[in-house]
Amino acid sequence: MSAANSASSGFDIKRSLIETIVAGLLALIVFGPVVGVVLDGYTFNAEPARVAWLVGAVMVGRFVLSLFFQSGTGQRMLQGFDSGGSGVHVLAPDYKSRLRYIIPALIVIAIVFPIFANKYLLTVVILGLIYVLLGLGLNIVVGLAGLLDLGYVAFYAIGAYGLALGYQYLGLGFWTVLPLAALAAALAGCILGFPVLRMHGDYLAIVTLGFGEIIRLVLNNWLSFTGGPNGMPAPSPTFFGLEFGRRAKDGGVPFHEFFGLDYNPNVKFLFIYIVLFLVVLAVLYIKHRLTRMPVGRAWEALREDEIACRSMGLNHVLVKLSAFTLGASTAGLAGVFFATYQGFVNPSSFTFFESALILAIVVLGGMGSTVGVVIAAFVLTVAPELLRSFSEYRVLLFGVLMVLMMIWRPRGLIRISRTGVVPRKGVAP
Amino acid sequence: MSAPILELKELDVFYGPIQALKKVSMHINEGETVSLIGANGAGKSTLLMSIFGQPRAASGQILYRGTDITRKSPHFIASNGIAQSPEGRRVFPDMTVEENLMMGTIPIGDKHASEDMQRMYELFPRLKERRSQRAMTMSGGEQQMLAIARALMSRPKLLLLDEPSLGLAPIVVKQIFATLRELAQSGMTIFLVEQNANHALKLSDRAYVMVNGEIRMTGTGQELLVNEDVRNAYLGGH
Repeated sequence: MSAANSASSGFDIKRSLIETIVAGLLALIVFGPVVGVVLDGYTFNAEPARVAWLVGAVMVGRFVLSLFFQSGTGQRMLQGFDSGGSGVHVLAPDYKSRLRYIIPALIVIAIVFPIFANKYLLTVVILGLIYVLLGLGLNIVVGLAGLLDLGYVAFYAIGAYGLALGYQYLGLGFWTVLPLAALAAALAGCILGFPVLRMHGDYLAIVTLGFGEIIRLVLNNWLSFTGGPNGMPAPSPTFFGLEFGRRAKDGGVPFHEFFGLDYNPNVKFLFIYIVLFLVVLAVLYIKHRLTRMPVGRAWEALREDEIACRSMGLNHVLVKLSAFTLGASTAGLAGVFFATYQGFVNPSSFTFFESALILAIVVLGGMGSTVGVVIAAFVLTVAPELLRSFSEYRVLLFGVLMVLMMIWRPRGLIRISRTGVVPRKGVAP
Repeated sequence: MSAPILELKELDVFYGPIQALKKVSMHINEGETVSLIGANGAGKSTLLMSIFGQPRAASGQILYRGTDITRKSPHFIASNGIAQSPEGRRVFPDMTVEENLMMGTIPIGDKHASEDMQRMYELFPRLKERRSQRAMTMSGGEQQMLAIARALMSRPKLLLLDEPSLGLAPIVVKQIFATLRELAQSGMTIFLVEQNANHALKLSDRAYVMVNGEIRMTGTGQELLVNEDVRNAYLGGH
């Protein structure tokens, strides 16, 4: 009934048609040269039929979209986009989030999941979790402290190479390197943090970008130490000293023999998954607490107004360095997991594109929003796997996704929100 | 009068090659309200900022209750009882009034937070109405009140105010100065940097007039109010 009403009153077919034609023209301009002209050796063929199909699809899509947004549901959706508003969403101190039902449910799913998953699914989820870690780390630096870091992948590389190099030269295993890599990355974050203390925005972005490239180039060119582009092997994790391989090295007993099981290569990934999941949970909890601690407030204050911070006597050196250090150490952890999951590291995993991807996760998820970052990390790592057949267009899809997000959800998927503070004793109402 | 709480001796401050302050000497006594008036670009805000060590004085001395704070860091100065409400208010736009006030407790910790917050709400009843509203959504006057209240949250011994009347409607300026008077009567030492000379001089015990980075004139608020030169230069001749 209501649909019929709105159909009779609201639809403006003429406007829809104009929008359709404009979209069609734009599609023609964009796709015409790209799709319509196909190189064939030294000549090229014009393929107008392919262009026609694409343009047709765009026009039909635009027409349907246009009509939809004129309907009641569409209008409401548009209003929903608009009322997203700006800024941080401040919740009442006694606000109970729906997350308290969702989180236990997710944990249960995560525990049950490996029973049904095959190896492929497991590896995809491991990758997703690694990016969750990276996203959470960068979220501190970019989302909370507002320091644009384009070289974040450097810390990830330090973690990954920490495992490979530590194994190669010092004989260290996964468990020893895990905390060490976090420390090493934190130290690197601190070292990077010092010279950039006085920088903001664009300048900071350029310096961090340079730092990321320096690390990658060193890894690429120091052949005698890092193996250069050939990369290095990284060890698998062990379960209290038991290895997951078919045969243990140095005459040890592998995991499956010790427990009298059949050999199953998936067990290694299952183990990585479990450890990674626990680490992600721990990091999530720590981040959650940090944002409620004075240092978390200080990060946000720094993002909002540095001069005000300093005029109130906030030690901006400590605040910035702590953001850099904590962000970097999280990336170090992620790097170790990445190396052990791949069993191999080489510099091509740590290009600028990776930094951009992590930044995309943070921006897409909503700067500063933990839940948003977790969702975005999964979307941006799992989606390319689902779209394997479109893998050439992956970056194009990212671009489209980004543009759409910036139009409809400029503050990210989930807007940053936090519960308001109350002084300890509470002010009389 | 009691001993000076803050004393500047022959302070020179440079921005690169440009000298912003030239041999500035002044003092503020405990419990006094002192204002610094002068035209745009005279160096008033620079003077206030250099008390906080940003920019650093090239030569000269800043003594705070007898100790030399010329080379101390801003957070040291803040945690030792000097608070400032910076020029242009600079409240945290995405934080609520309460959160902004909480930020003000950084130098001393939040042990007195609820008690002090209550005091601020008595001083500025408007803030109480707006306590869970984000600062960016408030009017300029409310933001200025918040900036002053935020500075007071650290229980300062000396309050530095940089142009509290900046960009505010005359009636709001009046309200703010009324509150400042109340504050001064409660014994707070206030150092006020203002372009609105009329209001500032009426409020102050003493005042300094700054021209091109130098202190040109000094006297009690009343003396300067009736001074011909000051009237012509800063009070629009009325």
